Amino acid sequence: MRIILTPRLLDWVGRFVVVAILGFILCPAVVVTIAAFNAKAILAFPPESLSLRWFTKALAYEDFRTGFRNGLIVTFWASLIALGVGAGFAFVIDRYQFTGKNTLEAVLLSPLVIPHFTIGLGLLILSAQLGAGRGYVIIVLTHVILVLPFVLRSVYVSLRNLDRRLELAAASLGASPGRVMLTVTLPLMLPGLVSGWLFAAILSFNEFTASLFVTVQRTQTLPVAMYNYVREFADPSMAALSVMYIAATALLLVVANMFLGLGKVLNVENAR
Amino acid sequence: MSRMRAEQEGSGAILRPGALLESRPASLRLDRVTKRYGEVVALNDASLTIAPGEFVTLLGPSGCGKTTLLNLIAGFIDADSGEIFLDGRPITRVPTCDREIGMVFQNYALFPHMSVARNVGYGLRMRRVPKTEAAERVAAALAMVKLDTMADRRPRQLSGGQQQRVALARALVINPKVLLLDEPLSALDKNFRAAMQIELRELQQRLGVTAVFVTHDQSEALSLSDRIVVMADGVIRQIGTPQDIYNQPADRFVASFVGDVSVFRGHVAANDGGKLLVTLGQAQIAGADAAYADARPGDAADIFIRPEALRLAGPGEAVIAQGIVAAQVFQGSHADIFIDTASAPSGRVLTRAPASDTAARLRIGSVVNLAIAAQEDVSIFPPAAE
Repeated sequence: MRIILTPRLLDWVGRFVVVAILGFILCPAVVVTIAAFNAKAILAFPPESLSLRWFTKALAYEDFRTGFRNGLIVTFWASLIALGVGAGFAFVIDRYQFTGKNTLEAVLLSPLVIPHFTIGLGLLILSAQLGAGRGYVIIVLTHVILVLPFVLRSVYVSLRNLDRRLELAAASLGASPGRVMLTVTLPLMLPGLVSGWLFAAILSFNEFTASLFVTVQRTQTLPVAMYNYVREFADPSMAALSVMYIAATALLLVVANMFLGLGKVLNVENAR
Repeated sequence: MSRMRAEQEGSGAILRPGALLESRPASLRLDRVTKRYGEVVALNDASLTIAPGEFVTLLGPSGCGKTTLLNLIAGFIDADSGEIFLDGRPITRVPTCDREIGMVFQNYALFPHMSVARNVGYGLRMRRVPKTEAAERVAAALAMVKLDTMADRRPRQLSGGQQQRVALARALVINPKVLLLDEPLSALDKNFRAAMQIELRELQQRLGVTAVFVTHDQSEALSLSDRIVVMADGVIRQIGTPQDIYNQPADRFVASFVGDVSVFRGHVAANDGGKLLVTLGQAQIAGADAAYADARPGDAADIFIRPEALRLAGPGEAVIAQGIVAAQVFQGSHADIFIDTASAPSGRVLTRAPASDTAARLRIGSVVNLAIAAQEDVSIFPPAAE
């Protein structure tokens, strides 16, 4: 039997494939969300009866609370430092010609190809050698290294899209280099800076592999606390926490979208 | 220092209503300015003097150094040698922001994150002009370019022509000593460009501001300028009024780049101290200038004739060349007639005739005789190396 591929059939097959792919992408989040409302103390899908008790438990659990607090501290500093350092390097790479420029770029982007556990392990060994201890400094440092490439790329793209003639126009109108930077360059780079910071913050807050190496009980971030929890317990409070995680991140993106437009934040639109 | 002066002059202007926008026309002088990019000489030993209030066009093909010259005046790039004077003051090492220039870019370079009014007011804010005065000057500048109703729009909400005017208002509101324009009309469509040319010229003359205009469009240069600077390969080839450039081109390049021209091959009959007499067909033609001073009788000579100086020979007229009509292009008021002739090194020449009497008389392939209509519009140069 031959199937005749009419445009109409192709159209329906195409729609089905797209829906299937989207469904597959959303599948884990949907499963976890539904499991979070299970009334029983097991991670099961689908749940037999519904309850909000695991949300209450997750919010009350001491390790999660400190993990959340630690995560915020680490994310705040790591994303801020990465933003400053990344934007600075992006500016230098975009504006100046110098020997070793390609090497510099490769080194700055290398955390993208080096496994996170390698970076975590390396910094763990290093901090032990230096006797630095496993405080916040080493965690923040680890996260800065990991998220730097994302800030760098994001800011670099927005600098590339910036018409240099705008800066020349500002200079011709009497703006000193500092004021050109403040009144023209920075405002037009803002979407790139915000998106870079946003990526850095989300990645840092979610980072697990490297964090596992460099944190201790006192400084563990939320993903590490969740891992430690799931090693001992298997109740749906993990799933409840995941739902809150998703909701918080989505809220962050919605806020960013309201102020700047998602196209700009994700740098897919020319910053105009 | 200069900023303080700008402010004083600005506040002086407010006392005289209607004089919010007034220019301080300045002279501009380039003294043997050279700019290299590695091995490439972008601008070679350029000297040029521009009088206050003059409209000067830098004309040449792309890569001729005209934009380099403009960028040097603006201070966007530094000269390797030579000196630039604005109002008699050397500015070669003065940063752009202190040069008191107004610049209009090809893509207008309006700040996309500011409204039209804030774009125009940018230069005034940088000069710390008091707010109320700045607002009045912005309003006056926008009224001048007929955009007073658009003050709150964003640049991207405007058409190309409107953006162009905003750019012009932004550059003029600071009362610049010199207005620099980098191919500002080339992004506009053709019909609108002609209207903007007239408007630009009127505005410049009304304000009396010194203007340097860059273009690769020779007809734009001819119609706008007080004087034209023709450039090629980083060298200034000729400086002169549009009439000078058109009628007495300094060399073959200028003759061919500005306006249409036909080249005939003739022979030198006599050389009276640079005044040439050349033979072309049955005609003897006197050279208008001394571009071929070392010519000896019998030497070959290339004779450049404008289309309007060439005509179809009437009875009894001295024929300079015989040819075959290759094509006729109707242009409305006249027709361009392309004629193939052995007397031209390129094999083809161009003449013009009133549209009314050509179509009937001339057919493709018919044999015609050509004659000179106006001897003074003829230029004689050494033959091109082949």
